[in-house]
Amino acid sequence: MTRLRRSLTAHWYAWAMVLPVVVVLAVLVAYPLGKGIYLSFTDADEANTARTIGVNHIPSTYGFVGLDNYWRVLSGQEGNFYGRLGWTVVWTASCVVLHYVLGLGLAMLLNRPMRLRGLYRVLLILPWAVPAFVATFSWRLMFNEKYGVLNAVLERLGAGAVDWLGDSTLQKAAAVAVNVWMGVPFMMVALLGGLQTIPAELHEAAALDGASPWQRFRHVTLPGLRTVSGTVVLLGTIWTFNMFQVIYLLIGQGASSDSEILVTYAYRLAFQGIRDYAGSATYGILLLSLLLVFATFYRRALARQEVAR
Amino acid sequence: MKPRSRGASVALHATLAVASLLALFPVLFVVLVSLHGRDGWQEPTRIGGLGLSTYRYVLSDTKFLVWFGNSLVVAAGATALGVLVSASAGYAVSRLRFPGHRPLMWTFLVAQMFPMAVLIVPLYTILGQLGLLDSYAGLILTYCSVSVPFCAWMLKGYFDTIPAEIDEAGRVDGLTPFGTFWRLVLPLARPGLAVTGFYSFITAWGEVAFASQFMSSEEHYTLAVGLQTFVGQQKAEWGLMTAAAVLITVPAGVVFFLAQRHLISGLTAGGTKG
Repeated sequence: MTRLRRSLTAHWYAWAMVLPVVVVLAVLVAYPLGKGIYLSFTDADEANTARTIGVNHIPSTYGFVGLDNYWRVLSGQEGNFYGRLGWTVVWTASCVVLHYVLGLGLAMLLNRPMRLRGLYRVLLILPWAVPAFVATFSWRLMFNEKYGVLNAVLERLGAGAVDWLGDSTLQKAAAVAVNVWMGVPFMMVALLGGLQTIPAELHEAAALDGASPWQRFRHVTLPGLRTVSGTVVLLGTIWTFNMFQVIYLLIGQGASSDSEILVTYAYRLAFQGIRDYAGSATYGILLLSLLLVFATFYRRALARQEVAR
Repeated sequence: MKPRSRGASVALHATLAVASLLALFPVLFVVLVSLHGRDGWQEPTRIGGLGLSTYRYVLSDTKFLVWFGNSLVVAAGATALGVLVSASAGYAVSRLRFPGHRPLMWTFLVAQMFPMAVLIVPLYTILGQLGLLDSYAGLILTYCSVSVPFCAWMLKGYFDTIPAEIDEAGRVDGLTPFGTFWRLVLPLARPGLAVTGFYSFITAWGEVAFASQFMSSEEHYTLAVGLQTFVGQQKAEWGLMTAAAVLITVPAGVVFFLAQRHLISGLTAGGTKG
């Protein structure tokens, strides 16, 4: 008790300062999260949830079903969970790898003294300045089968028109392309910032010792970028895994499609058809768990790398 | 560094020029289509015959300006609340060591990881019970679940870059920790506040998932929802869509270029010093 009081007198200031945030997080994040977990153990959908029609208030009648939802999803009975998880992982990995590789390449090119550097930098950041939903719509227009500019160019070149957004493999490739276009500038600028913190003397010393450009890249540049890379790859993975707009707005909101990732599928469960709130909540919780496991392992791996050095 | 050979120089500029072209092309293309009138998009390779008719139509005969206003209100509300509420917490986490310090930082990080799918159903039912669906307040509160942890995380990173000597000077002059924060650190962090606010503004501005479900009447659509009605299942008004796209992107883009330099350092600073 006295320990508590002493801790209170020492830290009440800090606690008072963080109180508003804690309240907001409790009301807007923790409580909904708790409710989401609860919903995932029920059979809630639109028909049995409390609602008000005119003056009549209908109380909710959904019941507790235990782990049923999780069993149906994880056993693959509902919504082809594993197939979709596979595509989501491929989507995330390919986007993040392309973001990182292209971003690093461009950052290294930009990190040299040359003419027009400022102009290149501005032009290359441009995709980031366009709001994501605007960019996605623009790409949808360019991918249009009949009137899209890509097919117009292909036809000029003598090749036939391609139904970019019709076929499921092409859909996926198109979605990756759009997301890569939007995401490279962030990686590029972040990595460029990282490159500029590496002292030029390190490169010069390595060059004097006879290190080849590849060796300098491998042993000077990459280690120098480790902290920045660690953060941007983690952020990029989370953002891409949760990327909603591109898939939803590019591929469309209609019938079920193989190209939907887990997030868009969970969304559609909740707001189309019978509005399967419980099923959607289950997917949401599973997604969050996946991300948490990933982030934990990722941070641990980074920390181990630090120790090993 | 030794001077580049001529060949290397050409290769360098060629690569950057191609990359810049790829980055620029979709934007230029949209601008071009928007100048071709309502049905001009059906001839994507045409160049001549430019006019502003689509812009006139979008501004006067659609709800574009209403949606623009709605987006502005919602995004500004979420940003103001986010920055106001989280500034003091960011400072406390940056400077004071207290029990709960680490879990709080961890919460800020994890809350940014939340897939929209986790919160959307519970928030939908909660707002429904409170009668806040299809209202500005409901959407602003929803966006705060994203903007508050994000702002706190970013601002903590900014406060870390302000030297602790300033705090000590304030303490010596007899200011309380809150006084130091309010009178000394906050004014110094003004660029950080601006950039953090800007970023959460842009996030709210472009949000699609929550807005599409929570705002059900056309009068309350935000831009991200309204634009979908231009190119829905039945009609395809790409001419109007492109004009609207340009009108949305120009102001956002201008502010973006003013803020982006500070943005990166903020995003990565929060992460490196956990």
